Parts: sequence; C-alpha cells; structure tokens
Amino acid sequence: MAKKSVPYSDAPINASLSSDEKIELLRTMVRIRRFEQAALKAYNENNIGGFLHLYIGQESVAVGGISLLGENDHVITAYRDHGHALAVGMGMNECMAELYGKKTGCSKGKGGSMHYFAPDKNYWGGHGIVAGQTPLGAGIAFALKYRNLTGCCLCYLGDGAINQGSYHEALNLASLWELPVVYIIENNGYSMGTSQVRSSAHPEGGLAARADAYEIAWDKFDGVSLYEIRAKVQTAIDRAHKESKPSVLEILTYRYKGHSVADANAEKYRSKEEIQRYMTEHDPIENWKATLIGEGVLTEENYKVIQREAAAEADASAEFARKSPFPDESEIFDDVYWEVDNRTASGTTGRHFFHG
Amino acid sequence: MPREITYREALKEALDEELAHDENVVIIGEEVAEYNGAYKVTEGLWKKWGSKRLIDAPISEAGFIGIGIGASMLGVRPVMELMFYSFAYVAFDQMMNNAAAVRYMSGGLIHCPIVVRGPANGGTNVGATHSHTPENIFANMPGLKVVSPSHPIDAKGLLKSAIRDNDPVYFMESTVLYGTKGLVPSNDEIEGGELLIPLGKADVKREGTDISLIAHGRAVLTCLAAAEILESQHQISAEVVDLRSIRPLDEETIMASVRKTHRAIYVEENKPFCGIGAQISSMIMEQAFDDLDAPVLRIASADAPAIYSPPLEKMQLPVPEEVVARALTLF
Amino acid sequence: MASYLKMPKLSDTMTEGVLAKWLKKEGDPVSIDEDVAEVETDKATMAMQSFDEGILHKIYVKEGESVPLGAHLALILAEGEEPPANADQPPVVATAPAENQDVASMKTTSSTAAIPTPVSVAAVTAPVVAAAAPVSTETTRIKASPLARKLAREHGIDLGQVIGTGPGGRIVKNDVDTAAAAPAGGGGSLGLLPRAQAKANQTIPLSNIRRVIAQRLLESKTTIPHFYLHIEVDTEPLMALREQVNAASVGSGGPKYTVNDFVMRGLVLAIGSVPGVNASFQGDSILQYGEVHLAVAVAIEAGLVTPVIRSAQSKSIRELSEELKALAGKAREKKLTPNEMTGGTITISNLGAYGISHFDAIINPPQAAILSVGTILKQPVVNDQGQIVPGQRMNIGLSGDHRVVDGAVGAQFLSELKRFLETPVLLIS
Repeated sequence: MAKKSVPYSDAPINASLSSDEKIELLRTMVRIRRFEQAALKAYNENNIGGFLHLYIGQESVAVGGISLLGENDHVITAYRDHGHALAVGMGMNECMAELYGKKTGCSKGKGGSMHYFAPDKNYWGGHGIVAGQTPLGAGIAFALKYRNLTGCCLCYLGDGAINQGSYHEALNLASLWELPVVYIIENNGYSMGTSQVRSSAHPEGGLAARADAYEIAWDKFDGVSLYEIRAKVQTAIDRAHKESKPSVLEILTYRYKGHSVADANAEKYRSKEEIQRYMTEHDPIENWKATLIGEGVLTEENYKVIQREAAAEADASAEFARKSPFPDESEIFDDVYWEVDNRTASGTTGRHFFHG
Repeated sequence: MPREITYREALKEALDEELAHDENVVIIGEEVAEYNGAYKVTEGLWKKWGSKRLIDAPISEAGFIGIGIGASMLGVRPVMELMFYSFAYVAFDQMMNNAAAVRYMSGGLIHCPIVVRGPANGGTNVGATHSHTPENIFANMPGLKVVSPSHPIDAKGLLKSAIRDNDPVYFMESTVLYGTKGLVPSNDEIEGGELLIPLGKADVKREGTDISLIAHGRAVLTCLAAAEILESQHQISAEVVDLRSIRPLDEETIMASVRKTHRAIYVEENKPFCGIGAQISSMIMEQAFDDLDAPVLRIASADAPAIYSPPLEKMQLPVPEEVVARALTLF
Repeated sequence: MASYLKMPKLSDTMTEGVLAKWLKKEGDPVSIDEDVAEVETDKATMAMQSFDEGILHKIYVKEGESVPLGAHLALILAEGEEPPANADQPPVVATAPAENQDVASMKTTSSTAAIPTPVSVAAVTAPVVAAAAPVSTETTRIKASPLARKLAREHGIDLGQVIGTGPGGRIVKNDVDTAAAAPAGGGGSLGLLPRAQAKANQTIPLSNIRRVIAQRLLESKTTIPHFYLHIEVDTEPLMALREQVNAASVGSGGPKYTVNDFVMRGLVLAIGSVPGVNASFQGDSILQYGEVHLAVAVAIEAGLVTPVIRSAQSKSIRELSEELKALAGKAREKKLTPNEMTGGTITISNLGAYGISHFDAIINPPQAAILSVGTILKQPVVNDQGQIVPGQRMNIGLSGDHRVVDGAVGAQFLSELKRFLETPVLLIS
C-alpha cells in the first residue's frame, strides 16, 4: 500500500527541508502558542496594561512565511505581532518584558504589545493602526530596490485592513513602481468583532482578488498546512526577487481568542461550536505534528518534550519580566530624537522638549 | 559675492547640492520630476539627476509619504514634496504615528531621516482646503521637527541641514515667498564651502530696543515692515526675531530680546488657538515675567477658515498696520 | 497544589468585575483553559478560564457579586489534595496590586506620599471654634507691570506713590525710573518706607485634628437647625466677689479662680433649674442627660479640643477649676486620652481672653447646646435711677439645637444663668 504524500510536501522549498528543520518549525509554532498563553495569564493577573491581541490559531501563517526569508528579506506586520516576533528569532524574555512595561523589554517598555521591533532581524514592527504599516512595507521594498539589493518585504495585514485607504494606495504604488513587496492577508474571518461578510464588499470573491484592479498577482489558500503556505509564499518571494513585482496572498486562518482580550468572543459574533470546530479540525500545530509523525520525523514523546520545554520557557519569561525593573523616569525622554540621543550638534541646539 | 536669488532658487540649490552630497537622497512628490515641480522648486533637477533620484508620485499622499517613511527606516533619505502642506492631512497617520513615534515605540532601534517639505500658507485665494498652516499641529508631536524659513538664505541653509538631520523634519515654505529675493552667499565665500544653518537657531532680523516682534515664516516680513513704520512714524525701535526653526526652538534668543525690550508681540499666519504664539507667550510669561512692561500680545490669522474672497483674505492675515496698531497699545 | 481563582483583568479599562454566573459548582473537576465562570466587565460579559486543573473546592463569590481585580473567587485543589485549614474563607488581601505599588515607589516626587493615617474620629471630639477673622486684602490693587514691580522692589519705591503713564494708568518701567530719580522730600520718606514683601500662597496640609474639626463642624452647621440667644450679665458683683475669693484662696495656697470657673459653675447650676438644654437629639427621641459632662473648648497649637469635666453637677467651683487646669495642660501637651475628650453633654466656649465681646458658637454634636462667653466690658449703663453710670457687662450667648431646645427653654436657661452670675455667692456656696 503506497503511502499518499502530503500535498505540497514535494514542492522544492519543502522537499529540501531536513528533519531537524521540520522539527524547528514545529517548535516555533508551539513556542508562540505557549508564549501567548503565558501572556494571557499575565494579563489576567493584571501584570500587563492596555490591549493584548493573541495569535493563537494563526501560528502557521507567520512561521511558514518567515521561515523562507534570506539576508535581504524583511518583515513588517500589524498589532497582532508576537508570533512574527518569535518567528524572526526574538527571544521570549524581551517580548514578555515588553508586555510588562519593563526596561528589559524589546522596546525598553516604550512600545507595548502592539509595537515589537527587531531591525537587526529585519523585523520592522509591530504597528498599531490598521493598515498603517502597508505603505511602510512598500517603503522597505522601495529602499531595497533603490539600494540595488535583491530582497523583498513580507507585509502582513489582517483582513480588516483591506478596507483602509492606505492599503489601496500602497497597492497602487507597489504595482506602479514595481516594488518587491508581498502582502499577506491573514484572513481570520473577523475584523475585530465584525465578520468578513459584514465588513467587506464581495467577500466571497476573495479579498486578495482586489489586487486584480492594480494588476498585481494574487493567490488565496488555506493556512492550516505549513507545506502549502511555504510553497505558495515562496512563489511570491520569487516574483519579488526575480521580477521586482508585488504579490497579494490571502491565507485563511482562524484566531481562537478574541480580537483583543477584552473582546467578548464567546457568544456574540461567532458560536462556540465554530471555535471548537476550528480547534479540532483546523489547528496548524496539530496538522504539522500529524504530518511529521506520518513522515516518521516526530514521535508523541518528542512532541511532549517540545511542549514541556516551550511551556517552561514561557513561564521563565514571565518570571524574567516580573523581576525586571521598570524604566527609570529619566528614560521618558530618551529615544524621541536620534540627534538628541546621540548628543550631536543638531541634538544639542535649541530646545527639543517643552514640559515644565 | 553674495547673489540676490529667489526663495525658490535657494530651495532648489539646497536640493541640488544634497542630491550631489548623498546618493541616498531621493526626491519624491507629485509632479516634482518630469513636470519640473508644481511651483518649480525642483525645476531642472530631473533632467540633471534622472528618474532614480526624482520620482513623480501619483496623488496618493498617504501612500507615497508612507513609502518614504518606510524607505527612510532602511537607510534612504527621502525628501518628500507635498504640493500643499494642506495635503498632509490625508497622510496624517503616516506623519504623526509612523514617522514621529516609531523611534520611541522601538526603544530607539529605528529612526526616520525624512524631510517632508512644501508650502504651508494662506493668502492666495485658494480657499480653506488649500490654505492650512499646520506648523503648530506638527510641532505639538515630540519626535518631529518643524522648520519655517522666511528668507532665501534661511530656506537654503535650513533645508540642507534638514536633509542631513537624522530625525523627521517637516519643512514649511510659502508660495507667496517663492518669488521673493534675498542675498545668499555663494559657496566659495563660506567657510567649509557650503551654507548650513542649524535647526534650533533663531535669527534677529532687525535690532531694536523698545519692543520685540517675534515671528516665523512670512510673518517675519510683516514684522519687518511694521518695524519700519514704528520707527519712522512713532519713534519706537522694534526688534524682529525670526524663529526659523519652531521645534527645536531657540528660546535663548527670544528671552534675550524680551529682556532687552520688555515688550513682545508674536505674529504668525497660523490660527490663534494653540498657535505657535500661544506657546511662545506662555514661555515668555514663565521665564521673563519680571522683565515684562506689558502683556505679551499675539497676532494671528482671523479665527475662521481661510476665506476665498480676495480682498477679504488679505484682511484675514496679519498686516503691518495691524502689528503697528497693536504695538502702540503697549506704550 | 491548591490555587485560587482570582477576578481576572479582561479589558484595558476594567477595575472590578461582576461574577455573572458560575459554570462549575463546588466539587466539579476543572481543566486548564476550561471556562469556569462568566464575568461581566465594564465592556461585556465574558467567559473566564482556569489556568490550573483540579477540583473546584470552594466558591467565595456569589453570582451577581461585584469584586475588584485580583479578588479571590474560588479555591481549586489538586485531585486528592487535602483542603488547607482556612479553606472556607478567602485569604485576606492586604496590599494593592504589585504593579501599582511598584509604580508608586518609582515616583520620587509623589505628592500623595505624606498623608498620615487618620486617627479615629472619636479620639478627637469636635472642637468649638469661632469664625476666624477675615484676612485683610488690598482693596485697590495697584496696576503695574511685572518689570515695574521688580524695579520698585529693588529701589524700595512704594508703587502707591508712583503715577502710572502706561495703558490704563499702568505703572511701567519708565515711571519707576522717574520716581527713583526724583529727589526725596516732603512726604517722600513716608513713601519710601519698604512695604511688606508679598509672600507666595502656601498650601498647608490638613492635620488630623483639622480634618476632624472640618468634618464635624460642617456636619453640625449643615444638619443641626441652630438658633442663637444672647444675654447681658452685670458682672460687678461677680468681679468683687472673685477679688475677695482669690485674695483668700491665694493666701492659703489655693487656686486663683478665673471668670470662666464661675461661669462653669453657674452653667451647672442653671442646668439644675432648666435641664432641657443638657440633652441630645436621637432621631426619633430626645435624650435628656442625668449628669452634666461639661466639655470646655481649649485652644491648642493644632486647633481646638474640648476636654470633658465629668459629673460636673457634683463638683465645687474649686474642683471644676482645678480639673479644667489639669485638662487644659494635658491638651497643650497633646496628652489627653480619648476618654477625656469624649462624652460631653454640653459645651462652653470662652473667647473673653481675646477681647471678643460676643459671638455665636457652633454646636458640638451630638449635644444640643453650647455657651459662648464674651469678655467683660466696662461700659456706660443706665442704673435703676435712670442715670448713666460706669458699669461692667458680660455677654453670654447660647446656640441651641431647635429640634431639642425651644427658644423659651433657652431663654429660661440663660436668664437662670444670669441670675446665678449676678448673685455670685450662690456659686461658691
């Protein structure tokens, strides 16, 4: 009895994956989920202020796309940004400490949940205003092209962002100026608490399909399988690298938690049954785990170890965050102006701050 | 030899020199390249530097300003032109959140060396939508720098400094000033070989002893005319202080002038409510209270949207006669 | 391991939550991520999940109850785990959430840091105060520029003597310069006398005693229907007697009696005749006291206190005098015990020593009357023969709670007091 191969497993970008690399993809997704669970717990315990947008259920979208990136490839996203941060290689400690508003946070406690950045890892945030990052993503692609670098920018956005004007301006310019940007719409079905049907005209035609109007190549596919995501995002990356042209990809996914923790998701705009159905039938971690067990790359025992290690790492990051100091009051005025921080002639001429 | 050139030519010289100075400088805006600039500030530059360095953008301010900000995060130094600064309002999220706050929210990991320049003035009968003066709005946001030159020499020297600055600088010009002339030194007569005027330095455009007229942008010219009348008709010696740079602000020059004259009026073409004059007069009150011989006055645009009707719009903006009349109430 | 379910923070603005519904009951098993209850926040009703697994052993918060963030809602025990001894009650939460504490301690310039722990209201019975004299204010403000004011200060020039030539008559720099250059002479020396320097406003934090004074007197003045009576007492016989008594007493090593000692004794005797003023309004009844516990207003540095002479009706003038001296001394040293400051049935306040001729005092609740005693004034009086002669008069006021004391009763009491004071031998017998 010939074993049927998993779809897209034979795509070149997937066929070349080693067993260790496959395990690492699994580990990253599990770490994201554990981090988010620890963050929710910390929020419930009143250790975190403001909003908290959790990525649980969508892990494959960030991990699949980001796993394909090379030296001159960049990432930018919106406010549901923890998964992308861990996927580019940011540490749980600095991410958790940021949520706690601590000095040891990735933005020194100045950005919070929605504003993670790691330019050294080609990660440009973490942006709070819906679709506000979509022109920036095109701008990063512009800079790559201007500086004659072969690279691209993966610009993630939610399905709610596609109705913002700035996104359409960015699409028009990306096409017009042939910018190597890949827009990835993480379509989890709901823009905040409003379903796709109630927020977007012609939803059944596909959100990515609007790219037709700008003569941009687009694709729409399910996001449960890492193999499929990697294969199709790679196609878009190739288009960026080889033709310097943009793409729009719409990846169907699902968030198990509310828009933010303050979102009463249970019975308002989607049913418990719907959430349960996705959790049992469409979980990207379970899907990848089953794939790897089927390939003989992973055992249940290995999986338990990965789970345990990720949970311990997440708990330790909360402990690290708890023990870290808050920023000093004097740091409020750091990181506002580059010239002031660097004590240049420009930064020391004239008055820059006007309190008191 | 100092040459007499227009404000427009001074700006163009600055752009031309900075295009030569740094290959990462790129000029983007509506009709800046092939069209030669809506107000001809970039005239001839596309022909000289080509399509890589001067890029025509569609009417899409949120899009192209956002692209400029994104590119600046990755080492490009974009000089964006807004055909009118009034159009900043359709790019407001990009200019107020992304350019202004990304450095702060990233804990200092990112900076945006971008210049957004264009005319920010009324007085040309184009109605309320095209006559905005948002210098106070942008100066309100920490992380941004706001510059507003009044003379050709300042326009050139400040624009060059703005382009070399590593923070976002919003550079506000005036269509009314583009054709005004002034002396600008040529590079061979300047130590260092180029004209760089630092941000955060005010300039005393006229010395006086009895009252300080403080202003930015075109209102500086209004003050100079008023000072002439005060001198010739009323024997009042007015000092005229040109802020040039609004944020960072040269408070030392302002206070030194007030301590000398004991009277001050802030004149601007901005609207009065929370205008630049409100900030300056509050600072004078706090820092030089015991040096004041009269309350600080503010003269601004009449507090209504810019009116179209040409003769009335003239009355809406400060004129020298109004400055003189208000000044006389302080003696 | 035993763990507590706590009221979770479920939104950015939530400070407390209503336990809308328990989805589990005591004894039910719970697992991680399982919904255990519904919580109503300021935004919505949301499911609350458990972060631990085990058995829901004890529920502390009933459905519909609102509790603050972090409040203990229930106890979860691991399977087979013995409940702790105190499992029936939630642990006492003694401190604010850690986050807020840390932030508070970060603030080095916190203005709220120095609020002292308030003492109980009972420890300081409401004092009796007369209205403070109004602070005198400049009636006509001189218009002068800030610069002119500074220069005038530097030259010691009285701006009141300078004529302003600025807009609206404002004194400007030039005017001060002119005045400074003018030769001194005529009334000039008077004008050049330095005036008192203006002082900045000062914010004085409320002491506990001041806080209680403010609270109790506001309550009294706004909830008790006050009425006021005054009577004039001829003090000539009293002063004559006092002189004799003091001469004898001091000679034999006894106390020197004050006028107030006599008034206290007179008050006690007058209550014997008109007991209705020694009473208290109790909402649905009036309590008429059987004894006179006499509260006496004593001014101390921090404010006013009213120590109480107990069972004053059974004490001689000498005992009253000595006891008041002792209490006043303790009051000044802040050594009064709470017991010595509570339980008064009527109060006496005497501002005679300050030269106050007459005043109205605010009732010291729950009492129904307070006596306000003025100074003794030498003044022309009309005698029985219709002649104007020099005389002495003291004004005594009574503030009464009209719910308890009617005008006629108050008047009877004052006239009885007058009778005793004008027949002072009755006070020492």
